[in-house]
Amino acid sequence: MTITRRRFIKTLGAASALSLGGTPFLALGANRQIVIIGGGIGGTTAARQIRLIDPTIDVTLIEPKQHYYTCFMSNEVLCGKRKLSSIRFDYTGLKALDINVIHDKATHITPNRQKITTKGGKTLSYDRCIIAPGIDFKWESIDGFDEKTARIFPHAWQAGQQTEILQKQLGSMPNGGTVIITPPSGPMRAPHAPYERASQIAHYLKQHKSRSKVLIFDAKIAFPQQALFFQAWEKLFGYGTHSSLIEWYGGPDYALIRLDTASHTIITVAGDRHTGDILNIIPAQQAGHIAATAGLTDTSGWCPVDLHTFESTQHKGIHIIGDACIANPMQKLGSAANSQAKACAAAVTSLLNGRAPGPAVFTDVAYSTMGEAYTFSTVGTYRLAKGSNSLTRVAGGSTPSDASATHLKREAAYAESWFNNLTKDTFG
Amino acid sequence: MKPDYHQYWQPTVFIIGLIFSTLSGNSSAATSDNSNIRLLAGGCNICHGPDGISSGPAIPSIAGLSGEYLRSTLEGFKSGEIPSTSMGRIVKAYNSDELQALAAHYSGRPFINARQPYNPKQAKRGEKLHEQYCEKCHARGGQSVDDDAGRLAGQWRPYLIWALKDFRSGQRIAGKKMQQRLDKLYIRKGKAGFSALLHYYASQKQ
Repeated sequence: MTITRRRFIKTLGAASALSLGGTPFLALGANRQIVIIGGGIGGTTAARQIRLIDPTIDVTLIEPKQHYYTCFMSNEVLCGKRKLSSIRFDYTGLKALDINVIHDKATHITPNRQKITTKGGKTLSYDRCIIAPGIDFKWESIDGFDEKTARIFPHAWQAGQQTEILQKQLGSMPNGGTVIITPPSGPMRAPHAPYERASQIAHYLKQHKSRSKVLIFDAKIAFPQQALFFQAWEKLFGYGTHSSLIEWYGGPDYALIRLDTASHTIITVAGDRHTGDILNIIPAQQAGHIAATAGLTDTSGWCPVDLHTFESTQHKGIHIIGDACIANPMQKLGSAANSQAKACAAAVTSLLNGRAPGPAVFTDVAYSTMGEAYTFSTVGTYRLAKGSNSLTRVAGGSTPSDASATHLKREAAYAESWFNNLTKDTFG
Repeated sequence: MKPDYHQYWQPTVFIIGLIFSTLSGNSSAATSDNSNIRLLAGGCNICHGPDGISSGPAIPSIAGLSGEYLRSTLEGFKSGEIPSTSMGRIVKAYNSDELQALAAHYSGRPFINARQPYNPKQAKRGEKLHEQYCEKCHARGGQSVDDDAGRLAGQWRPYLIWALKDFRSGQRIAGKKMQQRLDKLYIRKGKAGFSALLHYYASQKQ
């Protein structure tokens, strides 16, 4: 292995920084190490941002997959508006920044020894560890449903192969068929997205299989931007009429408890049975698996953190960002993960350089596309109140219900640009 | 996970490092303390792209624009004077000092021309119209941001189409001179004139 000029300059910077600190001999050891687990939006953004803030820190990203498929815009794949390849990203942008990307699965973290072990048998040491493990499913919450069954009854709540399965099922479903979507109770990734999905599927059915229906059996009694969704469904899909393409039933009675795979039937808490050609079963969620095995989750199944740094309140030196952490009232969204990753990257580099982390401003953005030239958005900007560990939404809001057709059309175009820019900002 | 060339290099690096740190007199050469503005601007980049360079096509690049243009535009979104879809909702989170800091930050970043399709024939015609109607304030073919002119050359065309529409409809208020020039151009050349103009700006790649 030859030393690159870049690496040399980098090392030089580290040595000079440390030599002034009065502990020059420490500089003779290795560079400071940040290891990031998870190559989704949060982990990838964190890796990039740390490199941009302080090139003297070694950054390693552990991610088993070669590609990442964004969940945002994956509903547009279902209706055929986008190709699956348009939501696929890889790690060449990170590698170009001299970030060490290891395609392996992190299996264990030992917080008191600051070590990570991988499935491939590697052991990595870190000064700070950031985990962005995304979500895991509570398979046990639905009797008869598991990871294997999900290949036939896709959740499509992690994009990629699951998206493709659902898209293919829609393509081969006969006209007059029924699509059932079952949103879960509890905190979840992209809480507005089941309803955007229903809209995108209805948009597809309206054009190609207009005698079909989308039925939503929802464990929740209400959902985000409900009024805007209902308004769009009324305008576009006849919602509320006998011939509506979408029907929504929500409340604890409608929660799914059992799946009968043989008859394509869901059974709700109330004991009702509903049969569909396609069952899009979205199970209840919790923080990605490694968070629980490393002892970073609380009884809610999510990770409590100090929101100034995203450091775990349960284990020092480990930071959790993205869907897995508790950062209410921010939503579990790609944009939120990107925003948290930036704050975390700044905090972690500050801590390693002996400085106090600066005050962060957080942003999340969700677009919901209903059909052609009909998109609405919800944005939020959040700050930490001084001396507290809670976020306050200081600005934001949704598209107004009286928005003009021009407004909705522009939001549709902005959604496309937002996708381009968010992914560029994340993957490089 | 790391090659152990450190063993060879670190002593040398350490000595050079000492010289380097003595010369520079500042240990944070590699970690210049721009972290606060970075934290403030992080949210902007989610929609406007890294360092304010938009991958487009509907959201504009905001790097390299005039600081005062950016500041007054942000304030305009905040007050509602400039129409928007989401900007008005987002920008309320920032006080005037922060908007000023954000404007200065993006103003100091380099603008990069958008790579986008254009019609060469229209662009040629647009160049002449630009000379005649716009060059006086939007100098150097619309590249200049002097005197707080908005950047036209190399900006995303779909964004400029809508900005122009808003100026024409009166939803966004242009300065008196700009309004007169837009009116004159419209009376003489119609919509085709505007279209040609925007193809000219899209054609500028340098």
